[in-house]
Amino acid sequence: MAQVHDHSELFPEVMPPEPEKATLEGKNKFFGIWFFLGGETVLFASLFGVYLALKNSTAGGPSSQELFGLGLVFIMTMLLLTSSLTSVYAMYHMRNNDFKKMYLWLGITGLLGIGFLACEIYEFAHYITDYGFTFRSSAFGSAFYALVGFHGGHVLFGICWLTTLLIRNAKRGLNLYNAPKFNTFSIYWHFIDVVWVFIFSVVYLMGKVG
Amino acid sequence: MATTAAAKRSFWEFIWDYLTTVDHKKIAHLYLAGGGFFFILGGIEALIIRIQLIKPENDFISAGFYNEMITMHGTTMIFLAAMPIIVGLMNAIMPLQIGARDVAFPFLNALSFWLFFFGGLLLNLSFLFGGAPDAGWTSYASLSMDSSGHGIDYYIAGLQIAGAGTLMTGINFIATIVTMRAPGMTYMRMPLFTWTTFVTSVLILFAFPPLTINLFLLMFDRMFGTAFFNVALGGNQVIYQHLFWIFGHPEVYILILPMFGVFSEIFATFSRKRLFGYTAMVFATMLIAFLGFMVWAHHMFTVGLGPVANAIFAVGTMAIAVPTGIKIFNWLLTMWGGQVTINSAMLWALGFIPTFTIGGMTGVMLGSNVADYQYHDSYFVVGHFHYVIVGGSVFGIFAALHYWWPKMFGRVLNETLGKLTFWPFFIGVHLTFFVQHLLGLMGMPRRYWVFLEDQSLDLGNLISTIGAFLMGVGAIIFVINIIVSAFGEKAAADPWDGRTLEWAVSSPAPYYNFAQLPLVRGLDPLWIEKMEGNGKIPAAEPLGDVHMPNGSIIPFLMSIGFFISGFGFIYQTDNVYWYLALYGGLAFSIALMIIRSVKDDYGYYIPKEELEKALEGEAK
Repeated sequence: MAQVHDHSELFPEVMPPEPEKATLEGKNKFFGIWFFLGGETVLFASLFGVYLALKNSTAGGPSSQELFGLGLVFIMTMLLLTSSLTSVYAMYHMRNNDFKKMYLWLGITGLLGIGFLACEIYEFAHYITDYGFTFRSSAFGSAFYALVGFHGGHVLFGICWLTTLLIRNAKRGLNLYNAPKFNTFSIYWHFIDVVWVFIFSVVYLMGKVG
Repeated sequence: MATTAAAKRSFWEFIWDYLTTVDHKKIAHLYLAGGGFFFILGGIEALIIRIQLIKPENDFISAGFYNEMITMHGTTMIFLAAMPIIVGLMNAIMPLQIGARDVAFPFLNALSFWLFFFGGLLLNLSFLFGGAPDAGWTSYASLSMDSSGHGIDYYIAGLQIAGAGTLMTGINFIATIVTMRAPGMTYMRMPLFTWTTFVTSVLILFAFPPLTINLFLLMFDRMFGTAFFNVALGGNQVIYQHLFWIFGHPEVYILILPMFGVFSEIFATFSRKRLFGYTAMVFATMLIAFLGFMVWAHHMFTVGLGPVANAIFAVGTMAIAVPTGIKIFNWLLTMWGGQVTINSAMLWALGFIPTFTIGGMTGVMLGSNVADYQYHDSYFVVGHFHYVIVGGSVFGIFAALHYWWPKMFGRVLNETLGKLTFWPFFIGVHLTFFVQHLLGLMGMPRRYWVFLEDQSLDLGNLISTIGAFLMGVGAIIFVINIIVSAFGEKAAADPWDGRTLEWAVSSPAPYYNFAQLPLVRGLDPLWIEKMEGNGKIPAAEPLGDVHMPNGSIIPFLMSIGFFISGFGFIYQTDNVYWYLALYGGLAFSIALMIIRSVKDDYGYYIPKEELEKALEGEAK
């Protein structure tokens, strides 16, 4: 009668249709990340507000019209939007219990994220070296780097998160313990993408033509 | 010899237990102890302020130290005393009220506490290392950018760390209430305290990020040379005020809404009546929370936003009086025709109603943007917000402590000492703060170090100081009560003839809370079973193994990492070697995060046999 629990319920023979929400812990993580992103929305809204208030305070330095090039920003947008799509594919394969394909698409998601980040680093370096436009040069510079930089920091965090997940679970296959972790990452990644859509519109498009 | 060795070991085991605990009830103890400690510090600071103002042109403390005192009194009381004590109460009671075994993220819960604790410690260590922050609790950029030394840097780092903990608590409680309510516990059957915890957590979730950003901007400007608030480079200091009050106004509702929940529980229990207008109470809570986000600019009427903006915010502000009034009347009508018992908890609740109503009334006065040009930054404002914060939050905290002490610590607080706590404190509050309204109307500005003789301010200030000491007497009697009661009789499971689920388990609750998840049949589930059943809550599941989370030392260590990194941020402007602390602390915390992430933690199971034994023991 007195048997030791071996947590076998986390490793079922047949996976349920939504493995990420099959346990209470999974459900909690699902709701938890959504609420967290609610807070993040306000965080970025504050930064957008600061940016809108300061975007014309160039203090004699370069303005947004002189700085921004929509070509690079278009490539970055494509990279990040595509990475959101590939993470959807990954979650699709997770629900079909196809571990290898999930890994493949998550890997591609990570690479696209790295590509985006590389472009952003190039963009910042370009502004700093060619225009002398820095975090300290004007209030516009401070607000720009704060907003775009916070987003870039979130991308970086997401890539580190994904890498840790992929390395840790590479040899384990899918189970009810790690499925919520992949799903949580995916939801976070979509959010980062949505924020970028707003940055693209409010910062770059409005800065160039608005 | 042997016995002392055993006692010693058990002491360290006790410490270790609390350092590693993820149990919401023990985390509540930690929050109450931590918040209580900072409450004493903040109280001492208040008394120092009042001693300085006891007579005209007093030189008890210097002007600079006075600035540090008003800043630290406000910051400590709000962020490090009131909020943690409230979060502690929520931790202790909310999971029990919804019939859950713990919160949604027990590990995160422990991390929240330790971040608060180390954040508060960091902030207060500024006293020892060259001076505390001195730009007021709002720390407006105009003042804080100008403040020399590292005081403001401590404010930034300390609040950033503590604030991160609070944000996690908010997420944690929302998730808990959404996913972990017991079978039958629908939203509209949740006790009012759980409802207000829920709504407060939503407020925390949406109000703290603007503070986070504001502190970041201030940090970038002060420590890394950016230009957000540097007017010469196009910066704008009004941004700071906006972001601060977008956080700051909801913050005062974070302090008061949970107490509305507490009073609702207490009035219902001690009137032996169902809460009058339950649905209206829930709705009013949400309305207050919603309007709380819409009125921040009433703190900025004199900034010059223009008559249209001022008028809109004035109307919004006055609108909040409507849902609040609904609540006041519902509490009165709960007592109407009830079998009212007046004990310590009830005394605080009864004292709250007139005190808070006065505070609300002066709030409506201040909400009038035209009149506010007279009141702004005068002692009238100080009187107003102390009436609501002390008359609302602090009275609520005392009421809740007297009401739930048996459930949290297994001892009932002494009634006589409870009443002896209330009366000096209650009289003290009105002596201290009522005259402050009059002082303000007579022209005394807030935050001034001295005032001149014979300007009809002498007597009012003297009365105010006497009142502050009376409050101190009340607080000391409460501490005596805690000590006396610790040796008193053990509390019964249900000492107040309660109505809600927390009174259905033993006092204090067992570490797994409920051996079997309870089945809830309506609002006030325990009362329903007392009236219609056998007085016992039916079980919603057969007795089985119970899943529990593992304890962990990681939250404690992770917070130390951020604490060290905080020093790095503060001092890297003086010496580049401090980058070692900055990056070292961060790296340590991130490494711990990774360890937490890659190390599987399935929790453990309490075997059914152990629960059976416990249940048999209870039956005897």
